[in-house]
Amino acid sequence: MKPAPFSLLIPDTIDEAVSALAEYGDAARVIAGGQSLMAMMNMRLAEPDYLIDIARINELKRIEVTPKGVSVGAAVTQSALASHAEAMAKVPLIAEALTHVGHVQTRNRGTVCGSLCHADPSAELPLLLCLLEGTVTLRSTQGERTLSAESFQTGMLSTAKRADEIVVSAFFPAAPKNARTGFHEIARRHGDFAIVALACIVEERSVRFAVGGVGDTPLAVNWPNLDPASLDEKLNALAWRLGGYDDIHASARYRRELIRRAGATLIRETML
Amino acid sequence: MRTLKDGQKHPISFTLNGEEVDAYAEPRTLLCDFLRHEIGASGTHVACEHGVCGACTVLVEGKAVRSCLMLAAQAEGATVETIESLSNTDDEFDDLQAAFHEHFALQCGFCTPGFLMTLTMLKRTGRRYSEAEIRDALSGNICRCTGYKEIVDAALTVLGPDSLAAE
Repeated sequence: MKPAPFSLLIPDTIDEAVSALAEYGDAARVIAGGQSLMAMMNMRLAEPDYLIDIARINELKRIEVTPKGVSVGAAVTQSALASHAEAMAKVPLIAEALTHVGHVQTRNRGTVCGSLCHADPSAELPLLLCLLEGTVTLRSTQGERTLSAESFQTGMLSTAKRADEIVVSAFFPAAPKNARTGFHEIARRHGDFAIVALACIVEERSVRFAVGGVGDTPLAVNWPNLDPASLDEKLNALAWRLGGYDDIHASARYRRELIRRAGATLIRETML
Repeated sequence: MRTLKDGQKHPISFTLNGEEVDAYAEPRTLLCDFLRHEIGASGTHVACEHGVCGACTVLVEGKAVRSCLMLAAQAEGATVETIESLSNTDDEFDDLQAAFHEHFALQCGFCTPGFLMTLTMLKRTGRRYSEAEIRDALSGNICRCTGYKEIVDAALTVLGPDSLAAE
């Protein structure tokens, strides 16, 4: 199908984009890569009156690597981040997860922040932001605010972003120096939506473990000083807590089983 | 800030297959439809229209993208390449097209332009690819006749490891 008619606004600066949002609010949507939004508009699941294309705003194309982690501007594509050697060395987990984000053809236009804003519960980048305890910075004419991953993603396909706000950047903290990280995803086909996606940070016996694809949002748990003998029990309790749902791809029971089995393998391999 | 009002056609210009294009498009016109209906470059095929099948794959700034998930207006000032750019002026196939022909890497042929544009992006890097890498890159293109084996074989003769390409 084709998108319903809309007016296209192409701002040159963040300030222009923000004032357009202040004026049009709910009637407007922000587009960068459009790899989720254009599909929704083609299917008429989204019919904004105004589309604000931020892909040409130079201030939003920055990737900044600091001792603490990597900050990614809202117009940075997934491919651009993946080919940024310094950023990928700082947070290697992103490089690993990005190969699972869609296909090379969608990564060439899809943005990192766009994926966070779309907030698909099975998406890889929201899972990493949750695991790494990253942040999202939003701006409106009222000013700027920074939200934690947990408070940003409020539910399935929904975030705390107000209609008059634009996401300007996301910050992915590096894991602690001596920590090891792991990522694993089970999908029907590489590049498809994850049935279950798992990621972990292990520092000696302290484990932080995140699960995507099961609840409405990614969920992370901390197991300080984990006794490896109790891992199966802990994963079982987590699987029951998340519950899961049946859909065309997998049953809730299968999803819980993946958390138990793939989770145990991932954590044990990362601890080695 | 540039404003393109709905329902109105706005000027748009970009480079298509080495030539300047100056035309008009509504804000909601998709790049794939613009290429086919306004320019007459009908080699780019349109199928699922929500970014799943890859039939509409073109190169924008040298990168393979889905032209059904991109607005014509977003191509302003860019370099766009389509399947029409591959054969030379004498209508001779380029090496990827020739390999597809040789290996019968198509059945109905509808998805072929998308496959060839993705592979063209890989070819430009000048490096060789393993079968796994080629399959990964092509996983974003769907062939409903299930001719993947031949498509991968054809791709490997041009882009595969040196030993294979020399055969």
